[in-house]
Amino acid sequence: MGRYIVRRVLWMIPVLFFISIVTFALAHAVPGGPFDREKPLPAEIVANLNRYYGLDQPLWKQYTDYMGMTRNPSGVYAGLLQGKFGPSYTTRSRTVNDIFAAHLPVSATLGLVSLAIGVGMGVPLGVIAALKQNTKWDYVTMGIAIFGVSVPNIVLGPLFILIFALTLGWFPVAGWGRPEQLVMPAVALGLHESAIIARLTRASMLQVIREDYIRTARAKGLKERAVMVRHALKNAFIPVATVLGPMFAALLTGTFVVEQIFAIPGLGKYFITSITNRDYPVVMGTVLLYAVFLVIANLMVDLTYAFLDPRIKYS
Amino acid sequence: MSEQERAAQRLVGAAPAEGEGQQRVANLWLDAWHRLLRNRAAVLGGVLILVLVLVGVFADVVAPYHYSEGDSVHNHMVPQWVADIMPGDMAAYTQIGDIYPLGADYLGRDLLSRIIYGVRVSLPVGFMGAMTALVIGLVYGCISGYYGGKVDNIMMRIVDIMYAFPTMLLIILLMAFFKTSFGGNQEPGTAAYTFNQINRAVDGLLGLQGGGMLFIFMGIGVTAWMGIARLARGQILSLKEKEFVEASHMIGARDLRIIVRHILPNIMGPILVAITLNIPTYITTEVFLSFIGLGVDPPTPSWGSMISDGSRAIRSYPNQVLFPSIALAITMFSFNFLGDGLRDALDPRMKGTS
Repeated sequence: MGRYIVRRVLWMIPVLFFISIVTFALAHAVPGGPFDREKPLPAEIVANLNRYYGLDQPLWKQYTDYMGMTRNPSGVYAGLLQGKFGPSYTTRSRTVNDIFAAHLPVSATLGLVSLAIGVGMGVPLGVIAALKQNTKWDYVTMGIAIFGVSVPNIVLGPLFILIFALTLGWFPVAGWGRPEQLVMPAVALGLHESAIIARLTRASMLQVIREDYIRTARAKGLKERAVMVRHALKNAFIPVATVLGPMFAALLTGTFVVEQIFAIPGLGKYFITSITNRDYPVVMGTVLLYAVFLVIANLMVDLTYAFLDPRIKYS
Repeated sequence: MSEQERAAQRLVGAAPAEGEGQQRVANLWLDAWHRLLRNRAAVLGGVLILVLVLVGVFADVVAPYHYSEGDSVHNHMVPQWVADIMPGDMAAYTQIGDIYPLGADYLGRDLLSRIIYGVRVSLPVGFMGAMTALVIGLVYGCISGYYGGKVDNIMMRIVDIMYAFPTMLLIILLMAFFKTSFGGNQEPGTAAYTFNQINRAVDGLLGLQGGGMLFIFMGIGVTAWMGIARLARGQILSLKEKEFVEASHMIGARDLRIIVRHILPNIMGPILVAITLNIPTYITTEVFLSFIGLGVDPPTPSWGSMISDGSRAIRSYPNQVLFPSIALAITMFSFNFLGDGLRDALDPRMKGTS
């Protein structure tokens, strides 16, 4: 197990290295530079800015500078390896580290609350539907689930604003900072996930409760609740854990959509404007940051299997 | 291996009874077809998709106006019935008129017509995403799974790396790259010019001049194939050890023949299901891209750009965001119903899973 984890963590290094190269190449392949304006700046100023930020260097040098593998134009190692995401060309008073510190917690809060809604609503609904299979409980739950799976958050967002903010006036239309402003975006984001989880939980629950060891557990006189929670649910959760990895990824970028609709100051807006502004360090930083989250999330999911199902062993 | 894969394997392992030949296979598909027809939701989904396809193809006939045709005198105009059902008193601040069935947008363009032409964006995106996923994913997965060993190892590591990309961010980057590098006017003779010309041809074919559809197909296609590649590989890994494949080897069949004639028919079921259930993802990806302004170019009507425009005016003119949203939701429902139905029909053991 320990060796497996070490191997997986080591494997992350080439993966992230590759992602950084592709992202760097793509970001720089977009024609134009960060200091192009509709009303052009004087050539000397652009040249000075380019020299200051090292944008006059050859591309490979810019990359190694960014990674912190070579000395940057100021003569110091200040890159990713040193924990520095670099300067932002558009908001020059702040480094990318500052931007992340200010806006990542917003996106993360939204994402994690939605994930909590997804799991917190999805699992119980799925279990209820499975235990009461082919009753009205089952039909109602699965009806809601197919609605949740089908309606994308880009539709749910405006719909929620229309119904709960403008018509009923229960929640503020948009914004960030107060708890009631979190409700609509988090539900708009989490409903889809909870629907997927509910459907999966129901299906795997139905499969598990027909297994022999469930009958054994009942036969030895365990209470129904103990059978379900300790024996059935734990195993039924394995397929659910499988989708949690990709789901986490979807939530990360899903926040981008919802942030736009609800005017939430998260990372999403920054990323999109940074591409059009050729703000390379912001682009690189965001992609790499999210890639790190992603590989870690996938590793955690794989480790969860071993915990949930003792038959699964890694070597 | 997930429960799903295991279950799928069990089925695939049991389904093709060796020696019974073509007749039995045909019956399997026929059985599935009958099961599909008995599923009312799936039939409804299929019919709706068919209707959408027809609406898209005959948009010129069905739509009352052209999508770019607008009269700014009529901007934000709403018909009476819309004003009646929407919250607030719309009549107090906007013109009421029954010229446009669902109202007009901020440039006075007919909402209904733009929604109808929007089908020409969403459905091709869904189908092209499915096609690229099918072709690239299947070929990739087949090669990887069938040849195994080192080839398999390298090919699957590449997929692993692709999986570590935050997909949406990669697509956004790609779109920015495609649009600025290949869009607009390009010098003849360059690669960019070739892409540009193909793009124009695609737009012309879809009847959406200047839409930039090829770039969306490309952006979505780049990230669409990995899931199918993994699925196909997993299926082939379990199939290639089966006796009927061994038998084909014995009588001297070539690799290509074995893959195409003996393996593919056995794995098409799960793959078809996975692809159908992925189509909504491709469609929402395009909607999101257009929503943030990196999708189709205006004035091409994408539901995403309509939702984006509409949500800016959501307080005053909720109809402008509501109707494109409904169109999108109906499309999603149709594909999900059909996909669910297909899965239940092709693989009855998987009934109810996601």
